[in-house]
Amino acid sequence: MTLHLSFLVWAPAAFALLGAILGGRSRPAVTRALAGLGTLTALGYAIALVVDYKSGGGLQYVTDRMWIRELGIHYKLGVDGLNLFLVLLTSVLFTATTLWALSERRANESQFWVHLGLAHTFVLGALVAQDLALFVAFFDLMLIPFFFLTLGWGVGEREERVRAVTKLVIYTLVGSLLMLTAAIALAVLSSSQSGRNLSFAFSDLSQVTLTTGSQNWIFLCFAAAFLVKMPSFPFHGWMPDGYRSMPLPVLAVFSGVLSKVAAYGFLRIVIPTLPDAAVHFQTLMLLIALASVLYGSVMAFSVTNVRLVLGYSSIAQLGFIVLGVFSLSDQGAQGAILQSVNHGLVVAPAFFIAGLLAARCGGSEDLRDMGGIAFRAPVLTTLFLIVAMANLAIPGSSNFVGEFLILLGLFNSKLAIAIIAFTGVALASVYTLRLFVRAMHNRVGQHVQSRDISVRDGIVLVPLVLCILALAVYPQLPLKKAEASVKRSVAPALAITSPPPTAAAAPGGAVPGAAPVPSGGTDPVTGGTP
Amino acid sequence: MIATALNLAASGAVKGPKIDWAGLSPLVALLGGVVVVLLAGLLRPRFAREQVVPGLTIVTLLTSLGLTIWQLDEQKNLVAGALRLDGLSTTLTVIFLVAGIAATLLSWRAMAPRESAHGEYFSLVLSSISGMVVLVWAQNTVSLFLGLELLSIPLYVLCATEMRRATSLEAGLKYLVIGSVGSATLLYGLALIYGATGTTDYTATAQAFSAKALSGDTLALAGIALVLVGMCFKCSVAPFHQWTPDVYEGAPTPVTAFMAVATKAAAFGVFLRFFDVALIDAQSTWGPALAVLATITIIVGNVGALGQSSLKRMLAYSSVAQAGYMLAGVVVSTQLGVRATVFYLGAYLVMNLAAFGVIIARERETGLGDDISAVSGIGATRPLLAWPLTVAMLALAGVPATAGFIGKFQLIRATVDGNYTWLGIVIVIGSMISLGYYLKVVAAIWAGAPSTEALATGPALPALAGGAPDAPTTAPPAKPAWELTFVAVVFGAATIVFGIIPQPLFDFVERAGSAFTNLV
Repeated sequence: MTLHLSFLVWAPAAFALLGAILGGRSRPAVTRALAGLGTLTALGYAIALVVDYKSGGGLQYVTDRMWIRELGIHYKLGVDGLNLFLVLLTSVLFTATTLWALSERRANESQFWVHLGLAHTFVLGALVAQDLALFVAFFDLMLIPFFFLTLGWGVGEREERVRAVTKLVIYTLVGSLLMLTAAIALAVLSSSQSGRNLSFAFSDLSQVTLTTGSQNWIFLCFAAAFLVKMPSFPFHGWMPDGYRSMPLPVLAVFSGVLSKVAAYGFLRIVIPTLPDAAVHFQTLMLLIALASVLYGSVMAFSVTNVRLVLGYSSIAQLGFIVLGVFSLSDQGAQGAILQSVNHGLVVAPAFFIAGLLAARCGGSEDLRDMGGIAFRAPVLTTLFLIVAMANLAIPGSSNFVGEFLILLGLFNSKLAIAIIAFTGVALASVYTLRLFVRAMHNRVGQHVQSRDISVRDGIVLVPLVLCILALAVYPQLPLKKAEASVKRSVAPALAITSPPPTAAAAPGGAVPGAAPVPSGGTDPVTGGTP
Repeated sequence: MIATALNLAASGAVKGPKIDWAGLSPLVALLGGVVVVLLAGLLRPRFAREQVVPGLTIVTLLTSLGLTIWQLDEQKNLVAGALRLDGLSTTLTVIFLVAGIAATLLSWRAMAPRESAHGEYFSLVLSSISGMVVLVWAQNTVSLFLGLELLSIPLYVLCATEMRRATSLEAGLKYLVIGSVGSATLLYGLALIYGATGTTDYTATAQAFSAKALSGDTLALAGIALVLVGMCFKCSVAPFHQWTPDVYEGAPTPVTAFMAVATKAAAFGVFLRFFDVALIDAQSTWGPALAVLATITIIVGNVGALGQSSLKRMLAYSSVAQAGYMLAGVVVSTQLGVRATVFYLGAYLVMNLAAFGVIIARERETGLGDDISAVSGIGATRPLLAWPLTVAMLALAGVPATAGFIGKFQLIRATVDGNYTWLGIVIVIGSMISLGYYLKVVAAIWAGAPSTEALATGPALPALAGGAPDAPTTAPPAKPAWELTFVAVVFGAATIVFGIIPQPLFDFVERAGSAFTNLV
């Protein structure tokens, strides 16, 4: 079946724009309906992709057209195991956010929907782009709608909001712009080395291995972009202010999706095209990731603002994902992909619940003002408990499988770091349980008025929780579909760290897609589910 | 003696150079327009002065534009090799003419031509453009200097055309003094280079440099350094940029817009022409120096813009920074570098005109001048002005899907390709700093409190001595002017279009690069 990815990518923005034009200021219902339709189209498309995707095949549903001849930039989109489930995750979370936002009234509604639609389009674009320049363009563009969304509909004083969101944009674009230079350098150096025309397509870039010196600085620029976006310790300076001032529905997708694009970037671009540098900086990246895990966990345990608890817990979770990526092993990378999906599915409902909690204790988002909410809200408590258990990766959850695979991969490559990383698993249960207990149990807070969730809230929350449960029951689905692509992605680096026994027969070694499975590796598909 | 000369001339023994009128036609049209517009300004009826004169100006510019497009792919020497029509000449001439048309629209109902008389104002604009044309077509240092002065002197006057505003007069005077210093430095440098090479012709200069191995010659190097400084004054490259914020702020805003885009393009045109043709042999000497200047310019411009609350001052510092980016294309001395610079000049034209259209519109409507509060909150009330300004700011910052992004992309590619990768990194560091002030404007547009629109008229101005007798004594009343919105929307849209479909613009500037046959 041919599925044109351009429809998937552009539908949300196109529908939202159409809605804004047709609806205008007088007919908000039209705007809302079309915006919702755009998101649902993307969701339907993403589901169709997952169903139709043939496991083991390479890049599928490829659209490849020359976009800017002068610069060798292609408009190339494609889906493989690396981005398939992230596309689905993005669509699911944006649908949830859209449903959530539909239940509220706000000023300048048509503009809100246009920005949300654009955000959806740009995130999908970054995920399916198969051309480096296109990826960089979407990666930078992603941020702009969030800038406007926070500016126009954010929380807090205007001045404060402007400052927070400017900080967010500058911080993240600092990384992205360094990446822009690195991307151009990568393509220009590749083309001068191979003698072919300038091309930014991933397939062309990964065929050339640059000299180690060039690889190293290019790697550092890419790493800066992705680590800031995640965010990772010590590049998270924008996170507290940014999280405090974003509107909650928007924050849910922001936290759930944008950080994953960064993690995905490592697997898609950095490791296949810069394998030597990835090996060279492996320890550094692992240490940064480890620091993120520990720092994020400790901070999540000590702050009292619910948004920040979730923000810091994301830093810790993203640390795990980076650990998986830079274990430079099949299992680790597979765990990273799975964990990206898991974390997105957990953090979005968590922010939604945070909004519900705030509504039940006089608008305060501080844990000290909460407590005892479980009293008259059994459904909310149950849902929250499921989300919390998934977040702390209780055995039986898909998060457990993800973390298990990550740690397994790490054990095989760096034992010491793996041992320290285990404390992160324990710390996750500490901060998650603290959040749950202090909000739902304990002494009843001063302004707390406990009530259960309405049907409208349930429409948003229940499907997300069902997704968590479904993935817990059947985590093999994403693992199986991702397996071949993940192996191909880490193969160049694997060939350097553990040269295959036949290396003598194949000099040069680093041929993408040709590296064999390392001996003794556990089959990841059967690896984790208890 | 005279009689013999006359006899010789009459008998045809002294031949003037053969003039290729077709090639020269864009320039001739401009110069003819200068006369016609000046004369039309003498007509009595108010309608003739206020509507016919700008109309004739636009007709002149369009005629010249048509003739340039007719000659677009010609490559020939004109007037005995004093001027040359080639890809660089024609592409840059198109940029000047488009900037001129926009500037005429922006000035149409503005304060400045009313106070200084319409005929004079618009004929000065036209003569400045002819100066630019001569400057970038020039093939020897004499016509270079001629063009430079023909470009500069009208601008000195134009800056001071809002005669009752002290800052406008101050801007004119300041520009005159500093511009003259720049010109003098440049002239001195040209004289020294002439002394070293014995020729004024660019190509002959280049030959003399390689034949006499002048790249290490003290006289020639001193000449190059002085020429560099003189041109840096014109391009507002740091540390020779100090005049820029004051002049940009003081000059009437339509004139500022014109200076920002057209003068910059002319200055970079001659920069490319002179350094990449005449002085190409000494590239290893001036290349690194220019790279350092570019770095300083990028940092100084962007840091300087951070604290500004006047939009014109902010754009002045931003133009300094952008000059630094474009200098990177000159530094590398490749055809790719030339193409990147000219592309960026085109992108810069559309981005800046979109911004200036909005600034002028708000200036007239609110009486708040060019302060950032004039655009505060227009996102809710004036979407047709809010969007172009937003797009322009994001484009200047280099956000994807705008012409500014593609321009930076090509410039960075040129630096990497020319082994100046570190300069590419400086460019992106500059862009990062620039976000600090561009986003401030965007935030003001969309989240600012709307300014009180009641402030229709500015403070009363002093009576005018020696100006047009019927000049009004207060600023014109607040009326939404369609031509300003038109300029803002058209160039705002162009910013997006060239950001998404840049290939036509790339094809257009391709011929500018191919004009430099001596470069790789």
